[in-house]
Amino acid sequence: MRPLADTYDPKAAALRCLNFRKRILEISQQVGALHIGSAFSCAEIVECIYYGLMRYSGEVNTLVDTFIMSKGHGCMIQYVILEAMGILTKTDMEEYCTPHGRLGCHPDYGNPGIEASTGSLGHGLPMAVGMAIAEKRKKDPGVIYAVLSDGEIQEGSTWEAIMMASSLEINNLVVFIDNNDFQSLGRTSETHPSFYPVDQKLSAFGWETVEMPGHDSLNIYRTIDARSGKKPMAAICKTTKGKGISFMENVPIWHYRSPNTKEYEIALDELRAAHPGVDF
Amino acid sequence: MRNIFAEALYKAATTNPDIFVVVADISPAGSMADFSRQYPDRFINVGVAEQSMIGICAGLALKGCQPFAYTIASFSLYRPFEFVRDDLGYQNLPVTVVGMGAGVIYSTLGGTHHTQEDIAVAGAIPNMQIIAPCDPLEVEEAVKYCAEQKNGPIYLRLGKSGEPELTKQAIEPWQFGRLRYLFRGTDICILSYGVVMKHANEVAKILLKEGKSVSLVSAHTLKPLDRENIENILSNHKKVIVIEEHAPEGGLSSRTKQIAWDIHAGCELHCFTLKDAFIHRYGGHDDLLAAHGISVKDILREIR
Repeated sequence: MRPLADTYDPKAAALRCLNFRKRILEISQQVGALHIGSAFSCAEIVECIYYGLMRYSGEVNTLVDTFIMSKGHGCMIQYVILEAMGILTKTDMEEYCTPHGRLGCHPDYGNPGIEASTGSLGHGLPMAVGMAIAEKRKKDPGVIYAVLSDGEIQEGSTWEAIMMASSLEINNLVVFIDNNDFQSLGRTSETHPSFYPVDQKLSAFGWETVEMPGHDSLNIYRTIDARSGKKPMAAICKTTKGKGISFMENVPIWHYRSPNTKEYEIALDELRAAHPGVDF
Repeated sequence: MRNIFAEALYKAATTNPDIFVVVADISPAGSMADFSRQYPDRFINVGVAEQSMIGICAGLALKGCQPFAYTIASFSLYRPFEFVRDDLGYQNLPVTVVGMGAGVIYSTLGGTHHTQEDIAVAGAIPNMQIIAPCDPLEVEEAVKYCAEQKNGPIYLRLGKSGEPELTKQAIEPWQFGRLRYLFRGTDICILSYGVVMKHANEVAKILLKEGKSVSLVSAHTLKPLDRENIENILSNHKKVIVIEEHAPEGGLSSRTKQIAWDIHAGCELHCFTLKDAFIHRYGGHDDLLAAHGISVKDILREIR
C-alpha cells in the first residue's frame, strides 16, 4: 500500500489542478448543468486527497482508502480526476448529464470510483463514520476521506456523526470542510455569524482540528500527513468559491451557472495568464 | 416479539461476523445484552440520533457488513425517512430497519409513538422490502432472512412483548415473499399480518365454531406482495376479510382491493383498518384497536 507517487510534488499538483479546471470549463460548454464554483472551490483539496493522501495497493484503480464527496454538487472535480486516472472514461465525460450517460450532477453509487451516493447534504459524514467503523475491523484499516461544504455542517445529521466519530474513537477518518463562506442565500459569516468559529466546535467534540488555506496543495498534504492518527480529524479549509476565475470568485450566481462562449474564452485566458510557460 | 428478535439476531450474529446492531438509545433486552457484551465492536448505540443511525448503517453496508438499525418504529422510519430513502433505498443496501412497537401498540404514549402509516411510507420507497411477522415464531424466521439476504433494504415491522404463538400448527412454512395458510377452509378467508393477527385468529376460531369453513392467512411479507396468491384467495373464497393495524391507504387492504378489481373478483371483500385519523385515545392495545373500530366484536358484527 502506497500513495500514487513517492513524493507529493506541489508543482505537479498545480499543473494537475490547472488541467482539471480547464477540463471542467470544457465540459461546461457541452452541457449547462454543473456547479463550477463549488468544484473550483475544492479542487486543490480533492486533488491532494487522490494524488497525495490516498493509498493504492497497485495502480490507480486499486484504492485501499475511500473518498466520499459529501458535498455531492461539487463532484465535477472528482469526475475529472477519475477521468485523468482512467477510472472514468472520456465517453463518460462526453455523455455527462445526457440521456445516454451514466454521470449526473451528483455522484451515484455504482458508477466507477463512486463509493456513495450523495447530493442531499448531511448524508456523507454519517456514511463515512459507518465505513470507518467497518474498516477498523481490518488489520490495516483504510482511511475514509470526506469533503463537506460549510453549508452542509448546518445539517443536524452532520453533528450527530461528529459526536459519534469521536465517541467511538474513530481515528481513520479525515474530513475536509470546504469553507468558502458561501451558501445559496449569501455569505455564511453574515447570515449565520454563530456558525464561526467552526474548528472550536469540532475540537470541543473531541476531534483533532486544523484551520488552513484550502488552495495550498503542499500545505494541505503536509498538514494531513502529520495528523496524530489518534482522533478523527477535521481540516477547516479556507477556500474561495469559483477559485481561479476572477469573475466567478465569490459571485453566488456561479454556484450553478455555465459560462457562455465569451466568458469561457476569458476564463481560459485567465488560467493561461496565471500559469505562464504552461502549454495549453 | 422483541425478546425473540434479540435472541434470533444474537444467534445469527454468532455465526455471521458481518452483522452489526446499531441502536438509537433503545435496545431490546434479553439476548441483546449478551450480544453487546460479547461483541462490543458490533453493537453501536448512536444515542438519540436516528439520522446518523441510518447513515452509519449505510456506511457499514457499503463496506460489506450486514447492519440492523433498531429503535421504536416511529423513530427508525419516520424520523430519518430521507436517510432510509436515499442511503438505503437509492443505494439498495442490505440494511434491516427494525420498527419496534409498530402500529398503535404504544397505546398509552400517544400519537407521537404510533406508526399507523408505516407500510405505506416504507412501501413507497423503491427497493424496499417489508416484513411484518404475526408472532414470535415468524419473527425468528424473518430475522434469519434479514441476516443473510443481500437483495436490499428491509423494513421489519415488529410488535413489542407478550404476543401469543399463532403459527406453531401452520400448515405451510414461512417463506419470504409468500403468503402462508395457517389453516385452510373453503368459504371465508381472513387475511392479516402483524400483531393484530391475534384478532384475526380469534374471529376465525369463532367462525369455525359456528360451523363455517375458514382459512386464516398470514401476509407477513407486504413488499413484495404475493399477488398471485392473493388472486387465488380472492378466486377461491366466497368472502375475504382483511384485518390490518394500518391506515386505509397503502397497506394490505388497499392492495387487496386493487387486485380484486384487476381480476374482477366475485367474492365479498371486507377490510378492517385503523382510521385515517389521530384519535387521541389511551388505554391498552386492544382499547386502541377498538377505538379505531377493529375489535373482534366490531369485525364479527360487520361480516355477519
